[in-house]
Amino acid sequence: MSTQQSYEAAAAGSPQETAEFDQGHQSFIQKFQHLLHVTPSLVPLIVLVLSVIVFGLLLGSKFFSPFALTLILQQVGIVGIVACAQSLVILTAGIDLSVGAIMVLSSVVMGQFTFRYGLPPEIAVVCGLICGTFCGFINGWLVARMKLPPFIVTLGMWQIVLATNFLYSANETIRSQTIAAEAPLLQLFGEKIKLGGAVFTYGVIFMVLLVILLAYVLRHTAWGRHVYAVGDDPDAAELSGVKVNRVLISVYMLSGLICAFAGWAMIGRIGSVSPTSGQLANIESITAVVIGGISLFGGRGSILGTFFGALIVGVFTLGLRLLGADAQWTYLLIGLLIIAAVAVDQWIRKVSV
Amino acid sequence: MSNAKELRASGATPLVEMKDISISFGGIKAVDHVSVDLYPGEVVGLLGHNGAGKSTLIKILSGAYQMDTGEIRVNGNKVEITNPRDARAHNIETIYQTLALADNLDAASNLFLGRELTTPFGLVDDSAMEAECRKIMHRLNPNFQKFSEPVSALSGGQRQSVAIARAVYFNAKILIMDEPTAALGPHETQMVAELIQQLKAQGIGIFLIDHDVNAVMELCDRASVMKNGQLVGTVDIDDVTDDDLLSMIILGKRPGVAAA
Ligand SMILES: Nc1ncnc2c1ncn2[C@@H]1O[C@H](COP(=O)(O)OP(=O)(O)OP(=O)(O)O)[C@@H](O)[C@H]1O
Ligand SMILES: [Mg+2]
Repeated sequence: MSTQQSYEAAAAGSPQETAEFDQGHQSFIQKFQHLLHVTPSLVPLIVLVLSVIVFGLLLGSKFFSPFALTLILQQVGIVGIVACAQSLVILTAGIDLSVGAIMVLSSVVMGQFTFRYGLPPEIAVVCGLICGTFCGFINGWLVARMKLPPFIVTLGMWQIVLATNFLYSANETIRSQTIAAEAPLLQLFGEKIKLGGAVFTYGVIFMVLLVILLAYVLRHTAWGRHVYAVGDDPDAAELSGVKVNRVLISVYMLSGLICAFAGWAMIGRIGSVSPTSGQLANIESITAVVIGGISLFGGRGSILGTFFGALIVGVFTLGLRLLGADAQWTYLLIGLLIIAAVAVDQWIRKVSV
Repeated sequence: MSNAKELRASGATPLVEMKDISISFGGIKAVDHVSVDLYPGEVVGLLGHNGAGKSTLIKILSGAYQMDTGEIRVNGNKVEITNPRDARAHNIETIYQTLALADNLDAASNLFLGRELTTPFGLVDDSAMEAECRKIMHRLNPNFQKFSEPVSALSGGQRQSVAIARAVYFNAKILIMDEPTAALGPHETQMVAELIQQLKAQGIGIFLIDHDVNAVMELCDRASVMKNGQLVGTVDIDDVTDDDLLSMIILGKRPGVAAA
């Protein structure tokens, strides 16, 4: 303390006349660029609002009804949850290609442990959650300790976990009626709350709460700040005293856990436990993250952006279907959005570097 | 000039001793059996060409690299420094040549990175961190205003002030400054020189890496010169001229006059 105080005394007489002359003449574009840099979820939010307005104008109450709008939420529920996991990993400048496989394996564990081994569904669910977390731990350990590239690690784990899933389940589906009769807990996230025309499943509510919780934790805890710092520059983070390996492993474990929750939510959504479900979760989650403005280079973006990104995909999908357009139009437009989002990210990265 | 000199003469325990330190990268001996020491209230300059091994040597002390052989003592006790957190536990703070800032975080988040101030609920206390950051930055660089921007939006000199703030904020006993003024203007450089004098008067020991021989002559008590990973020699600044130092750097030999 004494150090700082006496230095303060020494520096107290320093001249200050040149303060702040570089603030004034920023152009509007630069200000906008800076705003986007500070609030990365702004672009996806604008796109989301615009697309809702456009489809609302084109389709009227067919689209702009509580029922249709909450249907979108239900349709993006699973992807939204998985995309939260994907966001965490991508914030550390990684990528998780095994999210879909971990989700399916976890759901299969929940189903098989209940019906093959006769465990109480509560225990089976916990085992499924542990299974997902453990898969995430393996990813994290290989990335952090063995210094292997996340793309390769999770590409390998994708195959390994998916194969395990098929071998273990013997490709067998557990039927919806059986689950409903004997272990309704597994379908918990399919429960619905109706408010007028609006329908909210527990899965949707879980997704929204998860987004809020993660946004809060990333913003307001030291761990959250470290996630950003590690994604930004792992060497600088390490030199600053951040336990980089521990942060990485925790991120992949949390990602695995969230995927396991997604697996549970998926049982609620489709009713059955099917080892062939959720095959597109990888690509769809990465799409949501990218459209949501999280930088694939790590260290920048927000989980809210991902949520908006998932909703944008949902709005386009339902809107175009209600318009009677060929489903390929959806893919085409989503493809354009992905490229536009990355272009915007590159542009933001240029902010006075 | 100094108390440090008397301390050294009286046989007091050095603040830091790095003894016979070696490290290689692949085949390159970046640091080759180098010994340096530092007493309380002393500034020791580290000089040498680009690639001489200065940064590598001090990164061993700051925990960024693990030495292959050698020994580090702090206050006479042998210590193990295996990561930057260990170094900090011994009150060793470092301003890295690369600054080691997380570009997308703002100044306050960088200042407290890894040591965040938290509320009683364990949440980061942004307002407290920003207030502290404003205080220290005001001392180091009164013109600094960009508290809410990511540090990628700062100028080189502004970034350097943030890195300096981070090293001096946490009450270091041993301070490592790797070219702290490389990106600073003359006014800020002068501020850093004053800062070094202040810290020295507090009994803090400083390793200062600087290519400017005049600055070293002005600020340091002793200078250790390195070449090709090896120590050319350590001299008392009072015993040498700047030409002597230059010839040590360039020729890699101790000048005859500095036999003391
Ligand atoms: N991480 C590393 N991997 C491989 N080689 C390295 C590494 N760090 C340093 N070196 C090598 O070690 C030698 C010493 O480098 P060092 O950075 O310590 O020099 P320096 O004296 O600080 O130079 P400068 O004045 O340019 O900062 C150089 O040959 C460098 O290439
Ligand atoms: Mg160097």
